[in-house]
Amino acid sequence: MAKVPVQFTLNGSEKAEFVESGTTLLHALRDKIGDTSPKGGCHQGTCGACSVIVDGELRLSCLTLAETCSDADIRTTAGLAEGGVLQPLQRAFLDAFATQCGFCTPGMIMAAKVLLDRTPNPSREDVVEALSGNICRCTGYEPIIQAVLTAARANSQNAA
Amino acid sequence: MELRKDYFADVRKDGLHEIGQPRPRLDSPGHVTGKTAYFADRNFPGMLHLKMVRSPHHHARIRSIDTSEAEKHPGVVRVLTARDVPHNVYTILILIQVGPEDETVLADGKVRWKGEAVVAVLAETERAAQEAAAKVKVDYEVLPAVFDMEGALKPGAPLVNEYHGQNYYHYDSGECRKVRFGDVEAGFARADHILEQSYQSSPIEHAPTETTGCVVTPEGNDRFTCYTNTQAMFFTLDNASIILQMPGSKLHFVGGTVGGGFGGKVDVIVEPIAILSAKLTGRPVSFIYSREEEMQISSPRAAEKVVIKDGVMKDGRIVARKVTGYTDAGAYSRHSPYGAQKGAAHYPGPYTIPNVWIDTYCVYTNRTPSSAMRGFGVTIGDFALEVQMDKLARLIGMDPLEFRFINAYRDGDMKAHRQRTEGAALIECMQEASRAANWPVAEKYMAMSSYRKGA
Amino acid sequence: MAIRRGRGVAAINYPTGMNLGGDPTQALVHSTPTGNFMVTLSSVDLGQGMKQIMAQICAETIGVPTDRVIIDTADTDTGPHCMGTFASRGTHRAGNAVIQAAKEARQVMLEVAAEELEVNASDLETDGEGNIKVKGAPQKSISIFDVALSAHFKRGRSISGRGMFLIPRSYPEKETGAMKPSTCYAHACTVAEVEVDDETGEVTVLAVKNVFEIGRALNPKMVEQQLVGGSWMGISHALYETTEPYYPNRDHGGTDFNQYLMPGPGDLAKTEIIVLERPSADGPFGAKGPGEMCANPQIPAVANAVFDAVGVRIDTLPITPERILRALRAQAAS
Repeated sequence: MAKVPVQFTLNGSEKAEFVESGTTLLHALRDKIGDTSPKGGCHQGTCGACSVIVDGELRLSCLTLAETCSDADIRTTAGLAEGGVLQPLQRAFLDAFATQCGFCTPGMIMAAKVLLDRTPNPSREDVVEALSGNICRCTGYEPIIQAVLTAARANSQNAA
Repeated sequence: MELRKDYFADVRKDGLHEIGQPRPRLDSPGHVTGKTAYFADRNFPGMLHLKMVRSPHHHARIRSIDTSEAEKHPGVVRVLTARDVPHNVYTILILIQVGPEDETVLADGKVRWKGEAVVAVLAETERAAQEAAAKVKVDYEVLPAVFDMEGALKPGAPLVNEYHGQNYYHYDSGECRKVRFGDVEAGFARADHILEQSYQSSPIEHAPTETTGCVVTPEGNDRFTCYTNTQAMFFTLDNASIILQMPGSKLHFVGGTVGGGFGGKVDVIVEPIAILSAKLTGRPVSFIYSREEEMQISSPRAAEKVVIKDGVMKDGRIVARKVTGYTDAGAYSRHSPYGAQKGAAHYPGPYTIPNVWIDTYCVYTNRTPSSAMRGFGVTIGDFALEVQMDKLARLIGMDPLEFRFINAYRDGDMKAHRQRTEGAALIECMQEASRAANWPVAEKYMAMSSYRKGA
Repeated sequence: MAIRRGRGVAAINYPTGMNLGGDPTQALVHSTPTGNFMVTLSSVDLGQGMKQIMAQICAETIGVPTDRVIIDTADTDTGPHCMGTFASRGTHRAGNAVIQAAKEARQVMLEVAAEELEVNASDLETDGEGNIKVKGAPQKSISIFDVALSAHFKRGRSISGRGMFLIPRSYPEKETGAMKPSTCYAHACTVAEVEVDDETGEVTVLAVKNVFEIGRALNPKMVEQQLVGGSWMGISHALYETTEPYYPNRDHGGTDFNQYLMPGPGDLAKTEIIVLERPSADGPFGAKGPGEMCANPQIPAVANAVFDAVGVRIDTLPITPERILRALRAQAAS
């Protein structure tokens, strides 16, 4: 199988890999580059556990071909904490007890981050809409919704 | 959440240092940074991928299997059939002496449900394994299948599983687990009303976000490390040891960090064949269920049928209850004989009834084997019991909540399975629910207690 | 055609553990040279928080803060046997094993401290913050850090303990079914409020009020996690979930999260949780297993509420719009 080169920045660091044509971004990140924070919950775009941010857009990495991401700026949950310090969004998930098994958490955080980047003061409906592509089987969602709303408040207080 | 400390305050010591404190979870920082290591986050050089060829038929004889084309497919390293598995016929509860062994790791001569594993393909990539699996040719002779429990129990029904000899699990008590308490017919005879109703459920999937799977690596010293999301480490290790006829000392299981289980990861399905594959190829092997396999191949919660016949007095006392429960095990036992038995112990629910008759059956049909799930043996029974309670209350013109107070078990009451009730708290839960939901009940019920003097 | 409201109640109990199969779990506890405590298990954390709760149980028993306890679990080369995480048994069975192991370790720790302080071990107590003090004379104290160093380098003692919890297997009597299936029971009562659209058959669960009696809330925030998530799953079971929508027909089974339905973040009922604690006689600090039972009472409560709303009984799960509409039509026809 022919290999194609892909080159992008991942959480600010340059990465280059040769992948088989048709390789998903999820596979490239996890198995080639070693960032296992995106999770493969369905590999068919229905669970959201693999969510990453590509050039500011929320993307399902299991449905994104790695070869379409050349020169892209890719962000994952593994790169969120700066200097080992948790971001308010991560802090809020801890404080709200919004993680149980944790498998959906990185994808939830990515979805929430894109929301808060665009809508710093979201309504509950905004949060629900933003998380609607992410499946959680443990929490019943309410603690996650609360965590995102709390993070939004923390962000706006920091900005003020 | 509200913690109501005023209930049972006399029997509880509060004010401990660590217990009762809302300490932050030590695993959460790993979750929010994506650092928590689940089994599939381990990647080994040279790892092979396992894909199963599965039965397209509900019930069929296997005339022949031709793997030659699959073996020639680029990237394929090994193809396994039943004859590669040292102890191919197994059952997981054999470890607690619940037999007979009734299930094959890879189908041998027959398939008994649509989706059953027949051939395992190992290849360098998932894609190669998938493509090669499609090239395996299995010649089937389709057999009559039975899907409903009623049909399965009729004389002349197709036999689902020869290892049982009939389409139900044979307990030491006979065709069902039995509970007999008091004289149920005498209870019915003196009851003011009789109500017999039937309840039914459909199979339910655990649907954890992380699918079932494992990664096995040979350690080079004749030992194998299995990274797994099983819910039971030694239970799985010991069953793998039996299936592989390999001493347990050769096996090393690592797990304990699981992306949701809900009972769906207590079966021993992926580990033995993955370890065997690692042994036969000398290479690391990954066997991870696809989402489709998780949804339709992994064991669901059993469909159940529950028939409840009650004798009730006009004053609200239930004087006789007869329950017949049927658990649809699918084609193989897995944990279902245990679940049906657990149901027998659970009926007639948290109520004190003087005359009780319970039969619970574990029935085999040609469907995906069911197994344990959150509330195993109880969840569907509770649905049936509590809808029945609502119907009984309305039948005698009584408030449904008050009706439950009249029958609620209390400390010292004898249960149908002949254990004295201890530590009851049903009444207090209902009292609190009455307040919280603004569902008033008569003062005499609010004055009740689960305690009994001298109990 | 109208939106109709109804409410329903259900009350349940649930057994902790699986006595009918035999139910052992073991634990080992030892101190590091500087007085941290390692708990070694082979129990599995499915996300319910097994690791955190075992740390709190060990910390309380030894008398140190929880952050001085490390949990090493689910490696069969190091961890002693655990039957597994199911049957609401994890906290109860493993917790008891950890208590026993931690008590044994604590006793050695107090003996070493007693030698250092030249008092009797029975006169010592822990302050929960990492120190051992003489009862009634708290100025006479030693840190657990120093006790562990002494044990390792001076006195040659192993501050360690072994724990085992086993409920002997109960075999049901053949004819009567006499058996002891469980040691303790958790309890619940749920009131559900629903709206049913009698034109589409669609059910909206407006609110659930859940009262749970769970023995002891060892970590109230983690209990809340399980109970909220369980309540959601109960509603999901009641109205949405099945792998075979036309059981016993095997067709039309969902194969992904688009076809296999569950309530999403926009479909949540207002959920109230009230917890009562009647400590169990044999639970760790009185705890029972809440993990499974918390998803049960919502199912019949919703079914009863649907009847209250539209006057038809749906006795088959899940309670789909199709089943409700068929029942309403049958009711209208009769």
